[in-house]
Amino acid sequence: MRRSDAFLLVLGLLALLLELAWVDAAERRAGPEGAAVRAAKLAMVRRLGLTDLCLFTEARYTRHPSQADRFAPFQDHPQALEHFPSGSLMAPPPLPELPADPAPSAP
Amino acid sequence: MSQDLAPRPVSSWLERQRSLLDFTLASLSRRTGKNLSLLAVYALVVFALASVLLLTESLRAEARAVLAGAPDVVVQRLSAGRHDLTPADRVEPLAAIRGVRGAVGRRWGYYFGRGSQANFTVMVPERFWGAEGEVVVGEGVARVRAAAPGAEFPLRGADGHYLHLTVREVIPATTASVTSDLVLLSDAAFGRLFGQPADRFTDVALTVPNAKEVATVAEKVTRLFPDARPITRQELTRTYEAVFDWRSGLTVVILSAAVLAFALVAWDKAAGLSAEERREIGILKAIGWETSDVLTVKLWEGAVVSLTAFGLGWLAAYGHLFLGGAPLFEPVLRGWSTLSPARRLVPAAGGLEVLTLFILTVVPYTVATVVPAWRAATTDPDAVMRS
Repeated sequence: MRRSDAFLLVLGLLALLLELAWVDAAERRAGPEGAAVRAAKLAMVRRLGLTDLCLFTEARYTRHPSQADRFAPFQDHPQALEHFPSGSLMAPPPLPELPADPAPSAP
Repeated sequence: MSQDLAPRPVSSWLERQRSLLDFTLASLSRRTGKNLSLLAVYALVVFALASVLLLTESLRAEARAVLAGAPDVVVQRLSAGRHDLTPADRVEPLAAIRGVRGAVGRRWGYYFGRGSQANFTVMVPERFWGAEGEVVVGEGVARVRAAAPGAEFPLRGADGHYLHLTVREVIPATTASVTSDLVLLSDAAFGRLFGQPADRFTDVALTVPNAKEVATVAEKVTRLFPDARPITRQELTRTYEAVFDWRSGLTVVILSAAVLAFALVAWDKAAGLSAEERREIGILKAIGWETSDVLTVKLWEGAVVSLTAFGLGWLAAYGHLFLGGAPLFEPVLRGWSTLSPARRLVPAAGGLEVLTLFILTVVPYTVATVVPAWRAATTDPDAVMRS
C-alpha cells in the first residue's frame, strides 16, 4: 500500500470518528433521554424556584453565585485573596443594571 | 483508444497530489522521532483547548436551559451592604406592583454538616409535600450522609439541640446538577433549625409574566424599598455566562502559557528550516522541481501534522469529557467541595466552536510551515545548498 493511501485511510478514519462524535453529541442533546432529563431539571427548578446550578458547594458564593453578596469572596478584608479553587474558574459577575438613584426631593 | 489513454486533467492532478503526499510522508518518516513528538504535543494542546471549550459550552448550555425556569425576579434586602432577612410584610406591597402576578416569600439557607464536612442548601419549598418531621434530600446529601428513605436525618439546630428528622425520599440523580445538595423541609422545621422568626423571609420571588416589564418592575422595587436588591432572571443567566466565559479563568491562563510554548516550538520547527531541509529543497529545485511543487510538499507536511493532531486532540477531549466523565477536570471542578454533584455532561459545542478551534490551531501551523519553505524555494538552488 502506498504511504499516501495509508495516510488518507487514517485521515478518513479520524473524520469518521469525528462524525460519530458529532452524531453522539446530537443524540445526547436531543435524544429522548437528554430531553427527558432536561425537562425533569426544568420542572424541578420551576417547582422549587431555584436560582443556581449546584456545581460548587464549598462556599455560599460559589453555590449561589447569582445570589451572593458582591464582596463575598473578599469578606475577610478588602484585599483578601480568593479562598477557593473554583473561584479561579469564575469571573466576577457583570455589574447589575440598576436604575440611577432618584434626585433628592426638596424638603 | 487513444482518447482513453490521454491523461484526464482531474485524475492527473489527483495523482500528482498523491505522489507529492507520498514524498511528504517519506520525508516526515526520515525524522520520525521529532515529528511524532511534535504531533503528540500538538494533539495535547488541541486536547486541552477543546476540553475547556467543550466543558464550558456544556455547562453554559445547561445553565441557559435550566435557569429558564428560575424566578423572574428575586428581591433581597440589604442591610449595611450585606444580605439580610426580608420582613414578611413586604410581600404584599411587592405583589401589588403593576406587572407582578405573584410574590412569594422564600426561606432557605445553608447548613454545614460537621460529620460529613459538607455544606447543604436547606430550603422550604412553596408547597412541601412531606409530613412534619420529614426531609427530602438531594442525591449528594444522601451520598455523603449515607441516607436512604426512612433513615434518620438529625440536624443540629441553632440552639444546639438536634432536630430528629426522617428522610422521606431522595431526589433522583438525573436532576443532580440543580438539586444535589438540597435538603427540603417544612416551614416549621426550618424555623426550629435556624431559629429564624416566622415573619422573616430569606428573599421574595416575583412572577412577572411579561418579560419586557421585568426591568421596570426591578426599578419599581428599588423605589418602593431602597434597601432592596432585585436580581432578575436575565442577571442570573448573565452571571453564568460570565462564570463559564471560556476566555476567563485560571484554566485558560495556564493553557495560554501552554499554547504559547507550543507556538514557540512549532515556530521554531516550522520557521527555522534545518540545514538538511534547506539542502533538500535545494536539491529538489536543482533536479527540476517547480517552486509550487516544493510549496505543495510543505503544505502537505503542515496539513498532515496539523489535521492528524486536530482529529486526535478533539476526539480525546470528547472522549475524556463525555465518555470518561472528565477525570482530569474533576479535581478542579470539585475544588474544596465535600459534596460534589454527580456530573453528567451533555455536549453543546456547535460547528462554530469546532471551526474556531480548527482555524486557531490548524491554519497558523500550516502557514508557518509554508512561509520559510517559500523563502528557501525562491532562492537560487546553488545558494540554498551552499548556505
